[in-house]
Amino acid sequence: SLAGFGNLMQDVLWCFSQVKGTIDIGVTEADIISTVEFNHTGELLATGDKGGRVVIFQREQESKHQPHRRGEYNVYSTFQSHEPEFDYLKSLEIEEKINKIRWLPQQNAAYFLLSTNDKTVKLWKVSERDKRPEGYNLKDEDGRLRDPSMITMLRVPVLRPMDLMVEATPRRVFANAHTYHINSISVNSDYETYMSADDLRINLWNFEITNQSFNIVDIKPANMEELTEVITAAEFHPHHCNTFVYSSSKGTIRLCDMRTAALCDRHAKFFEEPEDPSNRSFFSEIISSISDVKFSHSGRYIMTRDYLTVKVWDLNMENRPIETYQVHDYLRSKLCSLYENDCIFDKFECVWNGSDSVIMTGSYNNFFRMFDRNTKRDVTLEASRENSKPRAILKPRKVCVGGKRRKDEISVDSLDFSKKILHTAWHPSENIIAVAATNNLYIFQDKVN
Amino acid sequence: MFVRGLKRKCFDGEEDIEGSLAGIKAIPSYNLQRQSLLDMSLVKLQLCHMLVEPNLCRSVLIANTVRQIQEEMTQDGTWQMINTQSTGQASLDRLVSTDILCRSSREQAEGKHVSGYSTFNKDFESDQAQDSSETMSTASSVQASRNLQSNAWEMENPQENKGNFQKSLDQIFETLENKSPNSVEDLFSEVDSSYYDFDTMLTGMMSNTKMGHCDGLETFSSPTTTASNSNCKSDLNELDHIVEILVES
Repeated sequence: SLAGFGNLMQDVLWCFSQVKGTIDIGVTEADIISTVEFNHTGELLATGDKGGRVVIFQREQESKHQPHRRGEYNVYSTFQSHEPEFDYLKSLEIEEKINKIRWLPQQNAAYFLLSTNDKTVKLWKVSERDKRPEGYNLKDEDGRLRDPSMITMLRVPVLRPMDLMVEATPRRVFANAHTYHINSISVNSDYETYMSADDLRINLWNFEITNQSFNIVDIKPANMEELTEVITAAEFHPHHCNTFVYSSSKGTIRLCDMRTAALCDRHAKFFEEPEDPSNRSFFSEIISSISDVKFSHSGRYIMTRDYLTVKVWDLNMENRPIETYQVHDYLRSKLCSLYENDCIFDKFECVWNGSDSVIMTGSYNNFFRMFDRNTKRDVTLEASRENSKPRAILKPRKVCVGGKRRKDEISVDSLDFSKKILHTAWHPSENIIAVAATNNLYIFQDKVN
Repeated sequence: MFVRGLKRKCFDGEEDIEGSLAGIKAIPSYNLQRQSLLDMSLVKLQLCHMLVEPNLCRSVLIANTVRQIQEEMTQDGTWQMINTQSTGQASLDRLVSTDILCRSSREQAEGKHVSGYSTFNKDFESDQAQDSSETMSTASSVQASRNLQSNAWEMENPQENKGNFQKSLDQIFETLENKSPNSVEDLFSEVDSSYYDFDTMLTGMMSNTKMGHCDGLETFSSPTTTASNSNCKSDLNELDHIVEILVES
């Protein structure tokens, strides 16, 4: 169920929980959040930013004494994942901006995540240290070496408790495999491999091997002058380790099976919606470009985001989506202006909730939208400091398209296009969402009665 | 409505853009819009060179838009009209226009392109108001948009001859015209293949220093035959020689 107006018992009311980040008017570009991702249990929430940093938040244990405060997320670890680099061959800078973070499922006490910039993927291990060995024979407590001739007896070092320290160490660096900019990474359900996708190629990696990767998709034409289409996103099927999908700038999705061939140039399935001739314009192709593709948790559906809509596709039906949701159709008449100021190229992401019943995506003016697939109801909410009182219920927002503007509505021309919600995340099992608004991370939860 | 500092005034009347050639009165408006979209797209492609490494997806989408416009213009004959404007000019003019382009490119290398772009927008707005008269024919509307572009350039380089820049644009369109229906490829065609091929342009890969937008302009403007290039250079030398003599006397 979904945020509504508080009338129906089943509706979820979304409340403000926390906001991370500074309130400064001038935003440092490095602080702009570029990716958000919960881990598989929802205990950890990771963000990456334009400055190449990763910040991991951990959910506190719920306190019996304060039941109205559901577990809050607090900083667990911060580290510099990527640094700016310079490609001397091309005389170009390689940005340190973190494009994507993907968690590995937890297999021992440590946490593992993949983070990537335009060119290099890194595997990070985040582990806790709460004990330290004491009582070495050959060095004293300060670490200075002892004079061996002064040692009269031997002792066994013991582990003593210390203040909790969380350390992040880079365990693998997967570099030099992408000529073009990496837009996606996806961990395979076998937990042994993962893929990285750039504009023209997709590579398959084994976590243990960094000096080699398999190229599984290559759409680079022999003559670059013939290039008309690029890869925009890619993801592995959540259960079938041989299956993945990738989307294109022409609004198509290809599903590939790695068992059929080493190079998956032939798709097993091809998803494309026929064009509506009445809506055709010079911008039709641009707005059909898919900015994100996500499998449902069940693995039965895929969701795609293009500039104006979110679509849900059934894997068994290739010729059209089963559901289409309008995110901000009022922008359709403004496409020329949005082309001029480049907003038409903004890449919005989309996410499923844990039960695949609700989907969420961002928009402008710090608005984000949720669509309930069962009730067909939708709501627009806003991530703003004004709504940031603890446990304040978020009020639904409405954009006025024409005619008379009601009191709480905002007109299309008043929308702030510099405030865009590109990245959001939904807790895997609970109604907790994380929304990245430029340099601020908002966490909203459903109301606890 | 838009990002602060960026002036935006563009034809958002989707109805106009989408409509077919409904009547003579509708044509100038549609063609003017389409022309401005083409111009805007070309500027965007040139600006690609300024970035850290241009976004390939964005470049491809813009290039596809340019292709679409060019195809439609070819189909409804507007492309022919632009061509008739330019034929009949002396070949010397053509060479001079190439010269102007080379010179302005070098001068642009200092990096005044961003202001040039906003200047373009500003001039576009004022000209748009002037051009709203419905009695204009298609030909003169095309002429008007090119006048406007030369105005934009004039603000950057006052000494540039207005007429010469119009001929420079002719140069671009001519290159496209000569190679139709695949003329858009000439936008990305190789002059010196190691430096200017499509991959190079779109991924911003150049051999030496960081490029300014002028490199894109050179790609657009380069004639398809090397003979023209050498003619250009020899004319340049000749002109220099003549100027030298004049100055000394």
